Amino acid sequence: MNVYILVVDDEPDVEELFRQQFRRDLRSGRFVMEFALSAPEALQRAASIADARLILILSDINMPGMTGLDMLPQVRAARPDVPVIMITAYGDGETRRRAIERGAAGLLTKPIDFSLLRREIDNRLEEVA
Amino acid sequence: MLKKAPLEAMTRGDVDELTHMLKSNLDKVVQHGKRADSIVKNMLLHSREGSGERRPADINALVEESLNLAYHGARAEKSGFNITLRREFDPDAGVIELFPQEITRVLLNLITNGFYATAKRKAEAGDGFEPMLSAATRDLGHGIEIRIRDNGTGIPPDVKEKMFNPFFTTKPAGEGTGLGLSMSHDIVVKQHGGTIAVETEPNVFTEFIITLPRAGAGPQTGGRS
Repeated sequence: MNVYILVVDDEPDVEELFRQQFRRDLRSGRFVMEFALSAPEALQRAASIADARLILILSDINMPGMTGLDMLPQVRAARPDVPVIMITAYGDGETRRRAIERGAAGLLTKPIDFSLLRREIDNRLEEVA
Repeated sequence: MLKKAPLEAMTRGDVDELTHMLKSNLDKVVQHGKRADSIVKNMLLHSREGSGERRPADINALVEESLNLAYHGARAEKSGFNITLRREFDPDAGVIELFPQEITRVLLNLITNGFYATAKRKAEAGDGFEPMLSAATRDLGHGIEIRIRDNGTGIPPDVKEKMFNPFFTTKPAGEGTGLGLSMSHDIVVKQHGGTIAVETEPNVFTEFIITLPRAGAGPQTGGRS
């Protein structure tokens, strides 16, 4: 079973960056990455399609229209089995507090520390293994 | 001379992939560098002391100049762009003391936003729709009023609430810095002691209404801080 991770960010270049950083894992099929450019698009993917292979959501906060924080409770309600980690340039305490309060499993700041993110992903892969 | 080293097919594939990746990363570095540059420039404009001096300026001439600048800027950027411009200038608006460069900046911002909104509506509505933007001035006695109105997509209530916040933007990543309206607000309100308000109805119109006092209100010499 090929598990997948959903990445939500309105910046299109995020996809290229992630595909580069995780190219070995992607090539070897450890997991698949899907990308959504907006919160509604992510909700559509995660909530409407109850796909058990989805194991983790990584989401930006500051996006036009619906923000990552707006999306968080909705996606948690629809998919309580899937942890959500926020990835944002705004790493202040208040943002962190609000993210956790709304159900985020963690918060990473941009610029992304990929070794840290890799550890989070590895942990999650072990959990579901 | 270096001799070409033979590579195994697998290694060759990896090398090709990596060099391709490096090239595209360099392009990204340039592109995002430019984007960062524009954000920093706008932030500096936000934070610097008011440039130049307060001096008397003919309001109608200033609005006319901004309309032309914005229009030709938009045409140069996008060859297919067109819009009907209307002017309703009150000859009694006359001359007031202000920082002309800054007010021109505000007007350019509002007009360019208006163009964007009409272009967006045209893209959604198709050929039947005719983009229109009007600029009007009015003498208020103690001050003047400038109205910039477009028949574009309008502004939804949740956006209206936040649109003067720094870095708030509804444009796709990379297209807007989210500083235009917050800066316009600072220039009009903090630097000139005026007001800026907006009336809008989704898919009907958006109208920005600026008022500027004739004399003395607001900081006399300094600028935005």
